[in-house]
Amino acid sequence: MKKKYLSLAGGAVLALGVVTACGAPSNNTGSNASSSGSASTTTHQVEIFSWWTAGGEANGLNALIKTFNKEYPQEKIVNEAVAGGGGSNAKAVLASRMQAGDPPETFQVHAGQELMAWVNAGKMQPLDNLYKSMGLNKVIPAAIINDLSKNGHVYAVPVDVGRGNVLWYNPAVLKKYHLTAPTTMSQFISELKTLKSKGVTPLAYGDKDQLGSVMLWENVLLATMGPQNYDKLWQGKISFNNPQVKQATNTFLELLQYTNSNHSALTWDEADQMVADGSAAFNLMGDWAKAYFQSKGLKEGSQFGWTAFPGTNNDFEYVIDSFGLPKGAKNPTGAMDFLKLVASKQGQDEFNPLKGSIPPRTDANMSLFDTYSKEAMSDFKKDSLVPSLANGEAANPAFETAATQAVTMLISTKNVNEFISALNTAAEENPLS
Amino acid sequence: MEKTPVLASQSATIAKPSVAYHKKKKFSWDKMWSFLTLVPSLAAVLIFVYGFLGWTGYVSFTKWNSILPDYQLWGFKNYQILFQDYRFQSDLRNLLFFTVFFILACMVVGLFLAILVDQKIKGENIFRNIFLFPMALSFIVTGVVWQWLLNPKTGVNLIFEALGASHPPAWYTSTRIVPSFHVGQIQFGLPIAMIAVLIASVWQMSGFAMALYLSGLRAVPEEIKEAAHVDGANGWKTFWRIIFPQLRPVTVTVVIILVQSSMKTFDLVYAMTGPGNGYVTDLPSLDMFTTTFQANQYAQGSAIAIVMFVLMMIFVIPYLWNSLRKEGQ
Repeated sequence: MKKKYLSLAGGAVLALGVVTACGAPSNNTGSNASSSGSASTTTHQVEIFSWWTAGGEANGLNALIKTFNKEYPQEKIVNEAVAGGGGSNAKAVLASRMQAGDPPETFQVHAGQELMAWVNAGKMQPLDNLYKSMGLNKVIPAAIINDLSKNGHVYAVPVDVGRGNVLWYNPAVLKKYHLTAPTTMSQFISELKTLKSKGVTPLAYGDKDQLGSVMLWENVLLATMGPQNYDKLWQGKISFNNPQVKQATNTFLELLQYTNSNHSALTWDEADQMVADGSAAFNLMGDWAKAYFQSKGLKEGSQFGWTAFPGTNNDFEYVIDSFGLPKGAKNPTGAMDFLKLVASKQGQDEFNPLKGSIPPRTDANMSLFDTYSKEAMSDFKKDSLVPSLANGEAANPAFETAATQAVTMLISTKNVNEFISALNTAAEENPLS
Repeated sequence: MEKTPVLASQSATIAKPSVAYHKKKKFSWDKMWSFLTLVPSLAAVLIFVYGFLGWTGYVSFTKWNSILPDYQLWGFKNYQILFQDYRFQSDLRNLLFFTVFFILACMVVGLFLAILVDQKIKGENIFRNIFLFPMALSFIVTGVVWQWLLNPKTGVNLIFEALGASHPPAWYTSTRIVPSFHVGQIQFGLPIAMIAVLIASVWQMSGFAMALYLSGLRAVPEEIKEAAHVDGANGWKTFWRIIFPQLRPVTVTVVIILVQSSMKTFDLVYAMTGPGNGYVTDLPSLDMFTTTFQANQYAQGSAIAIVMFVLMMIFVIPYLWNSLRKEGQ
């Protein structure tokens, strides 16, 4: 009997020992590769962290992985993709891994302030040598490199570019009411009025995940302020008390009169579905919506149409996915090999047609892309490039969350002054760089 | 009926003092070993429950509001920001109405079902299982299913529209708050959108209340009922004056368990409605998730967690104290 107790107690103590041993490395922010016990194996693991789990994005990633395995047979990719729209879940997982000193070899991160949050925390390594050896400075627009840099050092390579200021429409609905794709805000609003009187939902949006509402607001802001002032606003050089911000917010509230009442029940793709089936005419969304329309079997041009959001014809609101090298990565060589592939012409031409995005490299092979992407690629070369707030480029994550909350509050209270003061408070607490 | 087997951790805490009461002077190896076998789990609980609780409390008083830890003390500033926040004020309002109506509805529906099942009917087992079944589902599943059912454009409203209703309910997309008067930054009242969430959660949890009430009803001695009958009490009177008072301990247990489950609600709302239109269906747990893991404001997130913890303790401590006192008698 006693013997049994003894072994039981011993087992329990052992088990506890294991538990605390597992807990220990999390206090140690240094990278201790041996704690996971996989350091001295012959194949080297390269953990790729992203939120590309489905559809074209997953296909694109898999194509990259396939090429990588061919070129670097000694390395072994571990695909650490975490599902969840816009990376909301993936970012939470990444944050806890980085806090615990267990970073992946490389991870997907939006260019701009989302990347800078990690750079400012001292968690990233500069990639200046990679840029020099691959001559990336010549093929990637300066505005983009600037968004990936701090104090003259660049910290990530961009892999794809999405556009945030695209107004999608149903050509059949517009044709039925003799309307054309709007180019100015006043034309847009008068078309919305016509559509409302005909009983069609003029402008669909979905803000269950709050993406649709914040993107709509920032687009009206861009249309009202123009690219220079819009940029300055996010750099903290113009205050939110600027009358243009108030004017844009009022226009935003005006647009909301023409939207679907069930917006808070819908995600962005469900709002696009309303355009796809003709129950709504317009939807503002990034160009990842194109992949959604195509997945529903719709033909570009004839069954879904697009134009730049009214008043932003010469602007390109970019949403860029990039990959960087975190400090403490266990296999930096493998990570650099992957980054080289991501930054190469070959890698970008392979990845982007599958994802439905365009390459940040301006020397990409145009013939691989569809009509929409060709247009986007030529716009990307000549338009003013501006960052997106809703997608993490324009402001730090804490400000982004606070601003998202302010927009949600605005939609329910319609109180512009309260909204402006909420933005001011958010900027005080989380200064814009 | 004092102890229900559901709260295993609570009965463990209740059992502890009784060891002290029967202390024997003689040293016994058996006792020693049983104590030693408890040590690991005690240590684990101490570190992973109370230790982390204390750590969260500490973090909530620091300036750690970005990715980089900053343990500089900041007093009650995080709490101050929190209570001035439109979203958090909405959360507290929603939590209050959600908890009160959730518990009332679960109790009424649960007791009603228990009385029906208790009528010595045929196939009692089948009914009991049907009513209990929703509890076996994950809240995520419940959330997704009810999101479809109560979607104003595609769900049960299609039936209402077919029946000729011109203004079917907006369900969880409604922004109305009833009654609506200004408190702090928000409108105070029951957000109509919450009713949709309440329907889903009551559907899931009322079977659980039924199970507890059923065991309570079965525990009422037959003689008491007979005595009441002999004294001339009718069915309604017997129930209201004789049986119902006997159910008091069960009711307390039901309330305590449901309160703590409603305060922690996250998955149901996350899957079903999200924060909602102007935060009408938001709850502190969702706010905590966004603040901590999406905005990386760890100190703010900890402060929300501590507020939730304190709110829960307001209910749990009197219950524990009461049980401990009875155990001592």
